Amino acid sequence: MQPISIISLNAYLLVSAVLFALGLIGFLTRRNLIIMFLCTELMFQAAAIAMIAFGAYHMDIQGQVFLIFVLTVAAAEAALALALVVALYRRRNSLDAEVWSEMSG
Amino acid sequence: MTLESMQPMLSELSVLLVPATAHGGGAASHGAAAVSEAIAAGPWFAMFIPLFPLLAAVVCGLFAFTRRYDPKRSKIPGWCCVLGLLLSFVTSVAVISRIGHDTLQVTIFEWIASGSLQADFAFYLDPLTSIMLLVVTGISTLVALYASEYMSGDRGYARFFAFIGMFVFAMTCLILADNLVLLYLGWEGVGLCSYLLIGFYYEKPSAVAAAKKAFIVNRIGDLGFALGIMLTYMEFGTVEFAPLFQALSGHSPESVSGSVQIIPFLLMLGAFGKSAQLPLYVWLPDAMEGPTPVSALIHAATMVTAGVYMIARLAPLFVLSPYALPTVAWIGGLTALFAATIGMAQYDMKRIFAYSTVSQLGYMFMGIGVLSATGAVFHLFTHAFFKALLFLGSGAVMHGFAGQLDIRRISGLRKVKGWGVVTWTMLVGCLALAGFPFLSGFFSKDTILAQAFVTPGYGFTILGFMGLFTALLTAYYTFRLFFRVFLGPQRYEPGDEHHADDDGGHGHEAEHFHPHAPGWAINLVLTILALGAAFSGYVGVFGGEEHGWFGGMMHASTGNAVTESLAASHGADGHAAGEAAGFWADPHKWMMAVSAVIGLVGILIAWYFHLLNRQAADRLKERVRPIAVLLENKWYVDEGYDILIRKPLRMAGYVFYLIGDTIIINGLVALGGAIPRLIGSTIKPMQRGILHGYGLGMAAGLCAVLAIMWWLIQVGVT
Repeated sequence: MQPISIISLNAYLLVSAVLFALGLIGFLTRRNLIIMFLCTELMFQAAAIAMIAFGAYHMDIQGQVFLIFVLTVAAAEAALALALVVALYRRRNSLDAEVWSEMSG
Repeated sequence: MTLESMQPMLSELSVLLVPATAHGGGAASHGAAAVSEAIAAGPWFAMFIPLFPLLAAVVCGLFAFTRRYDPKRSKIPGWCCVLGLLLSFVTSVAVISRIGHDTLQVTIFEWIASGSLQADFAFYLDPLTSIMLLVVTGISTLVALYASEYMSGDRGYARFFAFIGMFVFAMTCLILADNLVLLYLGWEGVGLCSYLLIGFYYEKPSAVAAAKKAFIVNRIGDLGFALGIMLTYMEFGTVEFAPLFQALSGHSPESVSGSVQIIPFLLMLGAFGKSAQLPLYVWLPDAMEGPTPVSALIHAATMVTAGVYMIARLAPLFVLSPYALPTVAWIGGLTALFAATIGMAQYDMKRIFAYSTVSQLGYMFMGIGVLSATGAVFHLFTHAFFKALLFLGSGAVMHGFAGQLDIRRISGLRKVKGWGVVTWTMLVGCLALAGFPFLSGFFSKDTILAQAFVTPGYGFTILGFMGLFTALLTAYYTFRLFFRVFLGPQRYEPGDEHHADDDGGHGHEAEHFHPHAPGWAINLVLTILALGAAFSGYVGVFGGEEHGWFGGMMHASTGNAVTESLAASHGADGHAAGEAAGFWADPHKWMMAVSAVIGLVGILIAWYFHLLNRQAADRLKERVRPIAVLLENKWYVDEGYDILIRKPLRMAGYVFYLIGDTIIINGLVALGGAIPRLIGSTIKPMQRGILHGYGLGMAAGLCAVLAIMWWLIQVGVT
């Protein structure tokens, strides 16, 4: 197996950065809880791509190991977060994040 | 304090005794070499004098802690205490026989040695110590025997005897001490035991208040005493008596500095507190809240005389100020008169005797102030017998009549079956206190009063007449009580400790009430004390040239310093010339006749008003109602102290509370709380509760971290 070149690494990282930026922008601009949650997933995957890319570049298995963990955690976290979203929706009959703003100082 | 501090002491005793006994009359094992050259070593077994009472206290204390001990069934602690005190008395007699007219010293162990400060657990034994030892250990043994019956059945039986043992330990330390620090230890120790015993019935609020009052009033005096000790150390570099007296021996009032002349005034403040003199006497009448044996032992016979002992012991210091002893004399004379006037109008037997004690202590101070240490200590000696007797007698009445002490509610005890011994011994005690001819109080009081006319000084003659007038009042109030309680028609009501259900009936209490006559222990103790009250005065008449055996003893003690000062003050001629000039020229002779007449007049007045014609007394009281009310309310001194001292202190406390606590301290605390709150309120708006805000913050933070990393890479820090 060959290590990937620096050029293709940069491409991978670019994709990762774009994905991350999209996720971040989505998270900061959208008010729908489900969309915001999907955006965080997007950022997860961006980070995962970056790890895979570095793992391939450095010929290091740890990148992939980490990816497996991230996917596992993301799956568990998705189940939890969606359940939370459902619970929140039942409380307020709305998916708008703005309605949950009591926790102000 | 004693229990913890005794542990090392006991273990050291055996070690330290070896040099003291082995070297015998030679140098002691440490520090005080110069002293032991001048003063011979005393008998080693003197250490048992305080040790036996302490052991008794420890044993009784263990009983007090044992749950299985039932005071209703056994009197073991009482007997332990009596045995301990008796052994202490026997040891004292053995030691006294060794002392004779010498001055001896016994070092038990090295106690405090710090730089030039040397204060050993050591005894200074001179004839003054002998007399005090006889009084303290003798009277305390008798009182403990009395209390073994008097206190029987009391829940705190063992505790009582533990305190009594502790008291005698502290008191013997006080009178045996060879330095001011040990004397102070004993001084505070007896103060503590006094506090504990006044508050013995701690469930009674008045007893607790009286205990606190005694302790706090004594603190005022003890502060002066402590300052006096410190100043003595600063001026003379020692607190031990022998070197101190050596340093003082060459001095006269002209040759010492002003600060040395302050020392006696500080010391006398302590004496006035402990011995209940004006203006610190107020605690003693209240101290009668304690059990009666305590009143007899601590608050009449022994502890309250510690002030007189202290001035007699430190007489060489007191003569160095020309004003110190005259001040003592005047305070004593005024107290004697003042307390006697109050005693005239009281109705509580114990209170009458309490004011009488204050008054008699005033005589003692007057005696030492008019340069008759012999008279003062002689009066201390005889007073111990007759006042202990009077207290124990009234305690027997109180015990038998369920706490009844009011002389208006009890009368004609002479005729009640079983009260003969109490009546006759009380008569002896009252006669001795009233100065009836040829009983003990007669001789000792005359010695003091006559000396007031002999010694030239600041109005001492006026003081002498005041003393004579006080003697009249004394005879009156003593026999007022005696005639009311013991003679006259038989009539009595029980006190408030009596409950109808005690004799099973619901009928009229006074009809069902049967007084409980005293048992053999009480009667025996009263008889012994009555013998003492009758005959102890003769030690000051026979067995020596001037003031008998007693005069000889005092002449060989530190109290002699005042006699020397008297001789110096009028060229040794006054007294000698008086003796040569016949009966009327010598106050020591005509005083006997004068005071005998005065005493008899006082008794006669009391006889008329309180036995022959009791209605006349009531009529007289109506006619001088303002004075009677004033005296009955003790000249409103307690109320005056309340307004002059307690209220202003309370007010000052309130003002300080307002300014210091509510403004300054509370302000500081509030400031401490305000700072975090202020910081919080500035950054609080960042917590807006809007999810996007937090997200933006995280993104901004991320950007900042990235920017910093980028910048670090640029400047070359990897």
